[in-house]
Amino acid sequence: MFQVSKLSRQGLSGISFSLEDSERVCLSGPSGSGKTLLLRALADLDPNTGRVALDGVERNTMPATDWRRQVALLPADSRWWAATVGEHFEDARSPQFPALGFEPDVLGWEVERLSSGERQRLALLRVLANQPRVLLLDEPTANLDPDNISCVERLVADYQSHSKAACLWVTHSRDQVRRVADRLLVLDDQGLHEESPA
Amino acid sequence: MIQLTSFDLSLGALLVGALALTSMRIYPGMARQLLIAALRTAIQLTLIGLVLKVLFANSNLLWVALLSLLMLAVAGREVMARQHRRFTGRWGYGIGAVSMFISSFTIALFALAVVIGNDPWYQPQYAIPLLGMLLGNTMNGISLALDRLTQSAWEQREVIEARLMLGHSEQQAFSVIRQQVFRSGLIPIINAMAAAGIVSLPGMMTGQILAGAPPVEAVKYQILIMFLIAGGAGFGTMAAIHFAVRRLFDDRMRLRLDRLHSNPSSSR
Repeated sequence: MFQVSKLSRQGLSGISFSLEDSERVCLSGPSGSGKTLLLRALADLDPNTGRVALDGVERNTMPATDWRRQVALLPADSRWWAATVGEHFEDARSPQFPALGFEPDVLGWEVERLSSGERQRLALLRVLANQPRVLLLDEPTANLDPDNISCVERLVADYQSHSKAACLWVTHSRDQVRRVADRLLVLDDQGLHEESPA
Repeated sequence: MIQLTSFDLSLGALLVGALALTSMRIYPGMARQLLIAALRTAIQLTLIGLVLKVLFANSNLLWVALLSLLMLAVAGREVMARQHRRFTGRWGYGIGAVSMFISSFTIALFALAVVIGNDPWYQPQYAIPLLGMLLGNTMNGISLALDRLTQSAWEQREVIEARLMLGHSEQQAFSVIRQQVFRSGLIPIINAMAAAGIVSLPGMMTGQILAGAPPVEAVKYQILIMFLIAGGAGFGTMAAIHFAVRRLFDDRMRLRLDRLHSNPSSSR
């Protein structure tokens, strides 16, 4: 449902792959190989060429804002622009807050006082509130403790199981690949190729 | 009016010289900048005095227009020079110059033709000082605003992109910065209007009074000028923000910091 063919940008050339419904694909590779650049290009945040389509619809035929709602990028560090959590959510009635161990008053919390685990879980919820069709996760658990890591992994799995969304997950951890990946893609100086996740 | 002699002026210059000498110890580079700026003031004002003398003698639309465009060209360069991170290429100069042209020239035309209504409307004695004051103040507002805008975009790029990633438009992603930028463009004139007459006596009014004009007439002109400047700085800042945001984001609403100079540079 998500097709990328011959995607090129500064630092990357001729990247082709596709993701199926509900599929969770990990992306690994040495630092500097361009994993973040690839994710940024897929979310159309930097100039790039090539064909990228979602459910057969080419991205240039839809507004950039619609594309990024459906092909959502979550970086390793979340950014916040207002004082309280609630100001970052368009629809404050997200049902998932209690399921993630947040009190009902979480929307009134000050962003300054969130722990890094809370920040990242809330950043993921903020992305999921848009109901994306494709999740691009750029080392989403890099700065988290084991409890928060399993919380994020569970949240992504739950979302995918009921939405059928696909997920491209950048990680350096072999353990995480074994836990979450259906397939493993590796990006290195040879380009993009598939390896066994086991 | 009491005429000033060259001796009177050199007494004033002594003060700047003394300041430069004293500041050598604190910051030698500052002393040099101060002297260059003082020298520029003396030369530029003397030249404009001579130009105005000739211009007043034969009131010609072409000459007024030429001088106005020259003033605009220099103001555009000045706005560019004050940018810490300016836009690359023609945009670095163009955004400031076009915004000043739109606001200052329109408002000067409006003031000359409609409000003051002298004949001919381009009479240099009115047109040039009025445009000069408008341009000077609009230039300040626009250069402060643009400097703040490019600097904020650079520093807060991750926040801007975080919003773009969530499907926000560039207008939404830039809304917080836009407010701060608009404020920084308008604050100088708002402060000037708020303090006028109580804390400060504005320069133009003071000049007219020194030249022997009745205070109440001078005050009326000053009020008008303040309103015109507020319009010029405000609409000029709006225009500059509009063009700058259009340049900062491309047609796919990507933040294009590659369109700013990556090496911060500022002539002062």
